[in-house]
Amino acid sequence: MKPPPFLYARPESLDGVLRLLAENGGDARVLAGGQSLVPLLNFRLARPEILVDIAMVDELSHLTIEDGGLRIGASVTQRAVETSAEVARLCPLLSKALPLVGHLQNRARGTVVGSIAHADPSAELPAVALVLGATMTVRSASGDRSIPAEDFFLGPFTTALEPDEILVEVRFPGKPSARTAVKEIAPRSGDFAIAGVAGRLTTAADGAVQDVALALFGVGAVPQRLPEVERLAAGENVTPELLDEVARITRATARSGSEDVHADPAYRARVAGELVRRVVEEMAA
Amino acid sequence: MKPVPDPAGSVAVSMEVNGRTVERTVNSRRLLADLLRDELRLTGTHLGCEHGVCGACTVLVDGQPVRSCLMLAVQADGCEVTTVEGITPKDGLSPMQQAFKDHHGLQCGFCTPGFLMTLAGVEPEDHPDEESVRELLAGNLCRCTGYEGIVDAVMAAWDRSR
Ligand code: FES
Ligand code: FES
Repeated sequence: MKPPPFLYARPESLDGVLRLLAENGGDARVLAGGQSLVPLLNFRLARPEILVDIAMVDELSHLTIEDGGLRIGASVTQRAVETSAEVARLCPLLSKALPLVGHLQNRARGTVVGSIAHADPSAELPAVALVLGATMTVRSASGDRSIPAEDFFLGPFTTALEPDEILVEVRFPGKPSARTAVKEIAPRSGDFAIAGVAGRLTTAADGAVQDVALALFGVGAVPQRLPEVERLAAGENVTPELLDEVARITRATARSGSEDVHADPAYRARVAGELVRRVVEEMAA
Repeated sequence: MKPVPDPAGSVAVSMEVNGRTVERTVNSRRLLADLLRDELRLTGTHLGCEHGVCGACTVLVDGQPVRSCLMLAVQADGCEVTTVEGITPKDGLSPMQQAFKDHHGLQCGFCTPGFLMTLAGVEPEDHPDEESVRELLAGNLCRCTGYEGIVDAVMAAWDRSR
């Protein structure tokens, strides 16, 4: 349970990181907090030839507010985001989701951007990015591109990132007025979720649902929005009947494929339905 | 432009460990836990799972509890590292260590340094009640005690009634 041999570099500029990625392509991996990558190394599930540590790159350490939204650089730790009062004001869903990510000891090192780039199907932050409509800023030696969260997650541990690209930051639009909630079922607090849901919702003056976004994690190969449920709830008052219907449609439409020792796909879909009911109920309350 | 370093199999590092400056050339794949245990002989830091689940390897890096099995020694370059040896008084025990002893917070003791280091890196005010203490300790596994004694010890050391 020790990492296999690799070469290590710690450039002090983003250009340096990009050059190493350009020169080494698929043989190089970016190392941020290491909370996902180092376990993979210890298990020898990953055998990169070169690790490019971004800890010394100033250009990736920003947690800033711009146009009422957040820009989170690739080396910002989960703990720094979790404890930021500005984040709690602008993106309360992010603040609520972070305590569910691993344990305190992981969040002290793990990064928000790294978790999103890692794209574990059971991770909370990719679903939060989806619900909030986050934008990924991706860079390589040959230029920049922006990828909306809905186009970023392609499969388990697979994203739209090319081997020579790095996710330099994630931009979260600020949604201070939306109500938000996140819930998950995990064997133990801090463990990977069997199923979870993140949501945001706004209500009209009469209390009816105006706009709602919901995303499941842990249920299928990628975090998934629930368009049928969202359409069903829009414009409605949240009544017990609506919540029953929300749970039913979630069970029926969730793409539930994940299977492990804890749960099969049918169980995950059932849990997802119940969690979506509770999240919508909490947000509407 | 700053020079781009060539990727290397070993790296010179300098860090403070329990207040002492340590300078070493480490293999790039060396885990912080192994540097502490095998090279510095600070064997109070235990390795259970080596993949970030059990918490036995918890140490403080720049004051924050982290898992030393998920951190490369090179990543601790320039950091302050504190191990259980660093929080143990020369004579006797710290109040938290004494509370663990008094409240049966340990049996075999394998998990204990990890619990102590997690506790050493947090503010008691941030964990005001029993539930939040349990939540805090969820990142450390104990196979022996059933956790009741550990929770008792923390509540006592932090002057809480339970
Ligand atoms: S040995 Fe590090 S968490 Fe188990
Ligand atoms: S006392 Fe034995 S594992 Fe905790």
